[in-house]
Amino acid sequence: MTASAIRLTARGIGHAYRDLVVLEGIDLDAAPGEVTVLVGPSGCGKSTLLGILGGLLAPTQGEVRLDGELAPDCLNSVTTVFQDASLLPWRSVAKNVSLVLEDSPLPRAERAARVAEVLAQTGLADFAGAWPRQLSGGMRQRLGIARALAVRPAVLLMDEPLSALDAQSRALLLDDFAALIAGAGVTCVYVTHHLAEAVRLGHTIVVLSRRPGRIRAVLRIDRPIEGRHAEEPALVAMQARLWALIRDDAARAEREIADV
Amino acid sequence: MSRLDGPVAFRARGFAARDIPAASVATLVGLVLLWQAAASLGWMSTTFLSDPAAIGRGLWQLARSGELWANLSVSLQRLAIGWTVGTMAGLAVGLAIGLFTVARSPGMAVVAALFPIPKIALVPLFIIWFGIGEGSKLVTLGFGVFFPTIINTVAGIDGVPRALIRMGQAFNLPWRSIVLKIVLPGALPSILAGFRITTSTAIILLVAAEMIGAEKGIGAFVLQAGNLYDIDNLLAGLVVLSLLGLAVSWGLGRLERALLAWR
Repeated sequence: MTASAIRLTARGIGHAYRDLVVLEGIDLDAAPGEVTVLVGPSGCGKSTLLGILGGLLAPTQGEVRLDGELAPDCLNSVTTVFQDASLLPWRSVAKNVSLVLEDSPLPRAERAARVAEVLAQTGLADFAGAWPRQLSGGMRQRLGIARALAVRPAVLLMDEPLSALDAQSRALLLDDFAALIAGAGVTCVYVTHHLAEAVRLGHTIVVLSRRPGRIRAVLRIDRPIEGRHAEEPALVAMQARLWALIRDDAARAEREIADV
Repeated sequence: MSRLDGPVAFRARGFAARDIPAASVATLVGLVLLWQAAASLGWMSTTFLSDPAAIGRGLWQLARSGELWANLSVSLQRLAIGWTVGTMAGLAVGLAIGLFTVARSPGMAVVAALFPIPKIALVPLFIIWFGIGEGSKLVTLGFGVFFPTIINTVAGIDGVPRALIRMGQAFNLPWRSIVLKIVLPGALPSILAGFRITTSTAIILLVAAEMIGAEKGIGAFVLQAGNLYDIDNLLAGLVVLSLLGLAVSWGLGRLERALLAWR
């Protein structure tokens, strides 16, 4: 698959829920085909920002733009993978994927082929006929990403997709996700509060401050994400740097009441 | 301080009522047998409450003479038309209230004002408006079904997780697909639960309307039998109503199992 040539740019993003300012003056550049990770203390507006980037939330200030040449097989320029996978419980695994293709102009056979392809990529081929309730948490998240990949998005937004999982599933899925994101060559913005995920997946790591969320630091890891290992010394050191940046804010956020 | 020396006693008993299907059949059969025994052994007078055998004979004769079907078919037809029309209208209005701000507050205000009126109290008005014939009965039935259907449809739509709708929007699904593939299936359990309420409401209103002004129909038949002190036939009519209710409930159970297999 060819890498996405779409760049996502956010300029001067600010957001407030009534009087409560959650985001202020955010400028963000997600480079084509790279993973940009957003980290920050709880309640810093990471998910709000992701919603704004995906067009699911109207910012009170600023603008989000996509620039670049869209690949011909792309059905939806920007797509979100949700924390809870947001599966339709009344549709089988395969039908949850085909849901997002049914309104496309793709011929029937092509749709079926795409469904089969993404289920195979995510290791769900044997569960095509299963109901979502029969899946484990990890399988649900894999289905969530399979569904997103089926539309061949140019920009993939991921909202803490692993945070609802236990530590073991999370570790296993993290490697799977890294391979899937790299394989799809998609421009990705990934929100997490797990710093190990951030250093494992990110080319760019954007650290947000506590509410109102502002950009506090931007770190780069100029290495392909395939072959990275969260336990290798350089990445562990990077995690420590990130934690040093977040720690005080996180401790303070912990003592605040989230009145959002 | 007190010393402990012994096993931890099991304390999680109870609060786990189970279904035993055989027990439900056995209970009904047992009650009928007891009733029959009480009548046969002379423990109770059959002047005011016929015994099951007499009711069975009455039912058999009604079935053979065609009188049962003549009344039942009229009632079933009213039930089918009135319920279907009321349900369709209720679904349409419920959908509008559930989806559109412009319909929501006005719609709910009207529902809140009209829903509490016992529909049976409207029969005299409907007779004036629509005549003593089929019209008033169908309108009574349809009206009685209409409001609970609205309420259950709106509750069902409101209960569809917001996250699922956002998912549809994240994938840029057209409005029509979000309604047909996310909102309606999500509301279906509540809508089907509403069918249980509206079918029984419909049977109640059917019988009541037939008692007020009808020549045929199970309600009219029961009323007539009462006027004639024909306890056998009166009870036979009640048995038919009970069977009708059971049949409808069984059918809805099948429908739920077929449509909600994913649960």
